[in-house]
Amino acid sequence: MADQGEVKLLKTWSSLFGLRVVWALKLKGIPYESVDEDLTNKSDLLLQYNPVHTKVPVLIHNGKPICESLVILEYIDETWSQNPPSLLPQDPIQRASARFWAKFMDEKALPSMWQAFTKKGREQEEGLASIAEKLKLLEAELEGKKFFGGEEIGIPDFALGWLVNLVPVFEEILGLKIVDEERHPSLSEWSRRISDIRVIEESWPPRDKLVTKWAAIRDHFLATARASSG
Amino acid sequence: MEKKNQPLQFDDDDEDEVVLFGTWSSSRCTRVEIALKQKGIPYRYVEVDLQNKGELFLSYNPVHKAVPVLVHNGKPIAESLLILEYIDEFWSDRGPKLLPEDSYQRAKVRFWSNFCDDKMIPATFQMVLTGGKAEEVEKAVKEFDELLTLFEQGIQRDLPATFSTHRSDDGGEAMGFLEIVVGINVCNYAAIEETVAGMIDEAKHPAFASWVNAIKEKPLMKELLPRHDQLVTKIKGMLASVP
Repeated sequence: MADQGEVKLLKTWSSLFGLRVVWALKLKGIPYESVDEDLTNKSDLLLQYNPVHTKVPVLIHNGKPICESLVILEYIDETWSQNPPSLLPQDPIQRASARFWAKFMDEKALPSMWQAFTKKGREQEEGLASIAEKLKLLEAELEGKKFFGGEEIGIPDFALGWLVNLVPVFEEILGLKIVDEERHPSLSEWSRRISDIRVIEESWPPRDKLVTKWAAIRDHFLATARASSG
Repeated sequence: MEKKNQPLQFDDDDEDEVVLFGTWSSSRCTRVEIALKQKGIPYRYVEVDLQNKGELFLSYNPVHKAVPVLVHNGKPIAESLLILEYIDEFWSDRGPKLLPEDSYQRAKVRFWSNFCDDKMIPATFQMVLTGGKAEEVEKAVKEFDELLTLFEQGIQRDLPATFSTHRSDDGGEAMGFLEIVVGINVCNYAAIEETVAGMIDEAKHPAFASWVNAIKEKPLMKELLPRHDQLVTKIKGMLASVP
């Protein structure tokens, strides 16, 4: 194996975007140093390496920073192409499809989930309807496949990882069911399959800490909404 | 004449059937045309009526129902940045590559392409959404200027060769990924300058300004960019409909 240089990952203990990169590095067997940031008190390292967005995750490879989780995942796949597994299929059409669904998770599914989680009343209902619609599309896309790319796990699966560990937390806080076996048999089976992967299972942030954190986030958003409506 | 709702007919002896569904004024669509032409890939263009999209088009992009969509031998690829990557990968032996070979540079090109689409294009659109109201225009110009500063500084830091006008070993005519993705908006800047306000302070952003002005002169850009007068008419119509 070629010398792979120094790899550092800036993330937070709970960041769903950082978690994707952890999975990719671990699955490919790439040693790295992990730095958990406190986003209320951003380190000089973060400000220097992601001056544009000052967000995590940031991968720093031999001192050079790469930002945005999906960009990082492709970078990892290209740079360590000799380390299995491949994170994208080889065929260009399938690659385009995998990238399409990864973007869909981030640009459509996640914002719908966010709206359902941080709002109440009619806005929340709209968010819930929206995430239900997105899940229906994902369920249809996944049907008959082990993972979104087919037989192997890949970038779109990483992009939806939050469905497996975070959505149950949201469901507990909201007292609502968002994913269920009846409406989402393929997604439910996929979730179990994802959880069975050792490096993923051992990387989940502690659930009780997540519940505390996200309950506080929801309270904060609801309080802000109340304050701004006078 | 319901041609657009007919299934696409491919002759058996054609090597490749490439069809691009787009709209004339969308820079995301022009990007794809430039990439196809630059690589010498024959294609058929189908103008989509966004008010009446038709079942055929919708069948090719049921999730987003948006242009552009490239259909290659019956298989659809959606989203302009993904289409460009597909073109570069599938026709990797045709013409200069759009993306750099080095994986770090590729990551930077992808990052700044996302920045263009997620930040700069919406801010450009915002100029029109002001409806021309002075206070809002001022705010929109300022916002775009801040993004432009980030972009210019970022490119100079991450991809310093980008702004130089002579590119690589092919005589400087071929455009790379970022030039196609970002440079394409030069026609929108010009049309908005005429109808709303100037967006780019050339004295403040000389590197960016000279870069996009050079891109505007490239033969493919001259051939494929939407016509200035047509864009101006369209923007005037949009301004008039802002409450």
